[in-house]
Amino acid sequence: MRKTGSTYSAGVKDYRHTYWEPDYPLKDTDLLACFKITPQEGVPREEAAAAVAAESSTGTWTTVWTDLLTDLEHYKGRAYRIEDVPGDPSCFYAFIAYPIDLFEEGSVVNVLTSLAGNVFGFKAIRALRLEDVRFPLAYVMTCGGPPHGIAVERDIMNKYGRPLLGCTIKPKLGLSAKNYGRAVYECLRGGLDFTKDDENVNSQPFMRWRQRFDFVAEAVKKAEAETGERKGHYLNVTAPTPEEMYKRAEHAKSLAMPIIMHDFLTGGFCAHTGLANWCRNNGVLLHVHRALHAVLDRDRHHGIHFRVLAKCLRLSGGDHLHSGTVVGKLEGDREATLGWIDLMREKFIPENRARGLFFDQDFGFMPGLFPVASGGIHVWHIPALVAIFGDDSVMQFGGGTLGHPWGNAAGACANRVALEACVEARNQGRQVEKEGKEILLAAARNSPELKAAMETWKEIKFEFDTVDKLDTMHA
Amino acid sequence: MSEMRDYKSRLSDPSSRKFGTFSYLPAMTPERIRKQVEFIVGRGWTPALEHTEPSHLMDDYWYMWKLPLFGETDVDRVLAEAAACHKANPDNHVRLVAYDKLKQTQGAAMVVFRGKTV
Repeated sequence: MRKTGSTYSAGVKDYRHTYWEPDYPLKDTDLLACFKITPQEGVPREEAAAAVAAESSTGTWTTVWTDLLTDLEHYKGRAYRIEDVPGDPSCFYAFIAYPIDLFEEGSVVNVLTSLAGNVFGFKAIRALRLEDVRFPLAYVMTCGGPPHGIAVERDIMNKYGRPLLGCTIKPKLGLSAKNYGRAVYECLRGGLDFTKDDENVNSQPFMRWRQRFDFVAEAVKKAEAETGERKGHYLNVTAPTPEEMYKRAEHAKSLAMPIIMHDFLTGGFCAHTGLANWCRNNGVLLHVHRALHAVLDRDRHHGIHFRVLAKCLRLSGGDHLHSGTVVGKLEGDREATLGWIDLMREKFIPENRARGLFFDQDFGFMPGLFPVASGGIHVWHIPALVAIFGDDSVMQFGGGTLGHPWGNAAGACANRVALEACVEARNQGRQVEKEGKEILLAAARNSPELKAAMETWKEIKFEFDTVDKLDTMHA
Repeated sequence: MSEMRDYKSRLSDPSSRKFGTFSYLPAMTPERIRKQVEFIVGRGWTPALEHTEPSHLMDDYWYMWKLPLFGETDVDRVLAEAAACHKANPDNHVRLVAYDKLKQTQGAAMVVFRGKTV
């Protein structure tokens, strides 16, 4: 290995002379990244890996004299390991270590600007995917994290010993504020804990945000008085500007609403982290939607894996994050999903290649957040969802509530009965996934709403294969 | 397909009130309560009992019955305390709680005797 020269010689050097260090001793404070690199033909693996390390840290394409004014040996990122991708010879994994002082404290924005910046358009590689990042605990400690976390949310909402239940109000767009509030009220009085604005409900001409918030607040309060249970509606404050976002959040707070929501990727991490801090300071829960994620994470060779986005969101802040369902209409492999829901909920998540986790990740005392299973699910999926997600999750049934033949309240009640029956059976030691049908049929004997729901959705299944499988599954 | 039904829930009808996990299922029976107690002590959680007048069910704090049963693993002792709490407060909701000290939350919470509104 060559030291950064103490004399200046202009020109272009191979990256590997400076940025490939297989003997580098990792530090606990290093930020580690695993990239899947598909190099251009003829580019050696070490050179491609070193190029990615260079371009995502201190390097540029040529030597510059100002390199000699700093200690690049300290500041550079280093490629320290290369591995085969099981079953795919077109690409390989490169592991890169970055010193912690390359990144501003508490700034997911800064981390992603380095790791997922210019380097993704770099010519020497055909495709690049950021598979995983190990945030050192020292960096985790600089981030705010979830405004409240799972345990505090349970206390605020007074709900224990079961998953929470939600529903996204449909149609996604076009309802007036008053009719929208009606749909919310019917769901909540029927037994749901939460309802949700769809992600693209912001403040359109047919329903401005202020009227939506006002009508929804009455729906929430009346359903609470009627059922004796605490309720919430994720009021979407995603807005064109941060100023507008905070204005909407303040109004939700003035209505004493317990929870708001934001789209962290389309809104951006700068706005999102600010909103998470606002939520922590104001005691308002934060539901996080992930529009745009599939643009970034679905391609197996290029982009950013969802597990990285999930880690970034936990650091940036959120009390709920959509995770996929495994069983519904949207993409999601079971083992990979279990991997990233661990990243949302647990304090320490060990490396586990079978779940796509490339590094140990220590979140210290940072609270966990609820994974949200949403999209194309209904009562027949509940046994599997209870088995996959456990209690610390939110299950959201949109069509699976609103599509009930007797309306939203009956649909909500059916889901609540089915959920409670499955949780009770699980606590009794029964195998809910295997015995799901018997458990639901027995519960339906006391619930005409559940019986009607089971008749309505009996035949619906989603059996397309996932596009983004774990690499081990291709082998 | 069954005939459409109205959803029976009214502000004016106290029996419309619910009270958390398992309140959408039929009232607990002694056998069903026993199985949940077995689950709770099996998880290493601390069982506890609390009760309230049904008109105050939304409060964070119900009346604590004695102290949580720290270290108690005898299912029958837990059931006997629940029965004693119910006997002394027959009109109140009686809730069985399981404190999970590691997660700093309640691992389970369920009304095992329903008060006089139902």
